[in-house]
Amino acid sequence: MLNISDLHVHYGGIHAVQGVSLHIPRGQIVTLIGANGAGKSSIIRSISGLVKGAKGSIEFTPSNGSPIQLLGKRPEDMVRLGISMSPEGRRILPHLTVRENLLLGAYSRTDNAAIEEDIERVYTLFPRLRERHWQPGGTLSGGEQQMLAVGRALMCRPELIMLDEPSLGLAPLLVKEIFDIILRINRDGMTVLLVEQNALAALSIAHYAYVLEVGHVVMEAPGHELLTDPKVKAAYLGG
Amino acid sequence: MSLDMFIQQFFNAITLGSLYGLIAIGYTMVYGILRLINFAHGDILMLGAYFVFFGTTTFCLPWGLAVVVAILAASATGILIDRIAYRPLREAPRISALISAIAVSFFIESLSVVLFTGLPRPVYQPEWLTTAFQIGSIRLLPLTLLVPAISFVLVMLLLWMVYHTKPGLAMRAISKDIETTRLLGVRVDRIIALTFGIGSALAAASGIMWALRYPQINPYMGIFPGFKAFIAAVLGGIGSIQGAMLGGLILGMLEIMAVAFLPSLSGFRDAFAFIVLLLVLFYKPTGIFGEHTEEKI
Repeated sequence: MLNISDLHVHYGGIHAVQGVSLHIPRGQIVTLIGANGAGKSSIIRSISGLVKGAKGSIEFTPSNGSPIQLLGKRPEDMVRLGISMSPEGRRILPHLTVRENLLLGAYSRTDNAAIEEDIERVYTLFPRLRERHWQPGGTLSGGEQQMLAVGRALMCRPELIMLDEPSLGLAPLLVKEIFDIILRINRDGMTVLLVEQNALAALSIAHYAYVLEVGHVVMEAPGHELLTDPKVKAAYLGG
Repeated sequence: MSLDMFIQQFFNAITLGSLYGLIAIGYTMVYGILRLINFAHGDILMLGAYFVFFGTTTFCLPWGLAVVVAILAASATGILIDRIAYRPLREAPRISALISAIAVSFFIESLSVVLFTGLPRPVYQPEWLTTAFQIGSIRLLPLTLLVPAISFVLVMLLLWMVYHTKPGLAMRAISKDIETTRLLGVRVDRIIALTFGIGSALAAASGIMWALRYPQINPYMGIFPGFKAFIAAVLGGIGSIQGAMLGGLILGMLEIMAVAFLPSLSGFRDAFAFIVLLLVLFYKPTGIFGEHTEEKI
């Protein structure tokens, strides 16, 4: 569904991504793990069109069409192609209500009745958002904001959803809750690209995983294999 | 001062204040979204008045039609200014766009002097707007009642647009986080163009009403109303539409009443607004409705 080959990203003098190739098959959860600064976010931001001057190829094949080259496309085009993102740090619009944040997620759509149904679906996935639907996003707790960010990313009815550090700053119990939801969304047919520093949580749900170090893929394997790999254990899972 | 005089001055103040307010809305909306002070905004006001002048004279349009055409043309000019002078600088440091704004303002004024000449022109005033009528011992112009009424309706429409429509939702989102809004599929440049269009239409509407109240127009007529409306926007809390209107009304009230009560100060009339600006910047730089920009991490 998404094929990245030989991706390079430069910021000023820094070569943040140095020839990365990834493959994300339809219906799977693929995760990128690695330390801070390994280039994970740069990759996800390149896919979204937020990085100017990324080189290489990012090809997206929608379910009903031929492959599309994403490099050079604008961020605002992505949701229309079927790709959405929950950005790092959640980026909830603090002054808009929960409901307005969700409506904004559906901005590219015009089928108002179906939008209402999807808001209902998000509230079913995250009942706590329903309780707070009239509250400004900025008044939610970190976990609730993350739920809102994921819900908002679902509102454009994407084929591929990209989650950038959804566990960041959350208590373990909340991380589990969010990751259970990610699994559930995936079982309903959604393809997920998950970028995480929390390797244990990510590897436990991922079909396939890539390990990044300073701009390179240093290891790749199905998630459960990496979970037991001694090198990964030592470097990312606390021994 | 007699009560009648006071009431008359009160209406004058509301008229002037709502004009300041309408202009201030354009500043505040553009600032809210782009953090840019659009110095050319006052010149749009002038263009609006000139467009009506040429519509009724050169093109022999009926006054009402000329007003509509002028507002649309001014709105298009605002969008064009954004397209040419600001959009290419969207990623540049903010100061670059500011410098560009000052340049656009000078350019429009100079071009207007060349095209329209610098001579003040008299403006046609429909009689029904400027024939005074009497209530008790108070003499009022229909204009004095109509200007605040029109302004009120326009502000209500605008608030409805901002709080109850999709483009309004996008505007409010952009004002806080342009990148995220873009990621959610909003075509940000279109929303920004819409913002310039609306702000410029309001400026033109106030320019036209301004020209009815002070029936002479010249290429520099937008400068002082522009400054004062900007001050009104700061006073009300820049970024806030309600604040802009309130700031305009306060400023209008202050100017008219200060001169009414202390006629000896009439020569300093234009200074009041700037004193207000200094006080606001000293004591409450966020203005009346201004938000503190706190970020939750």
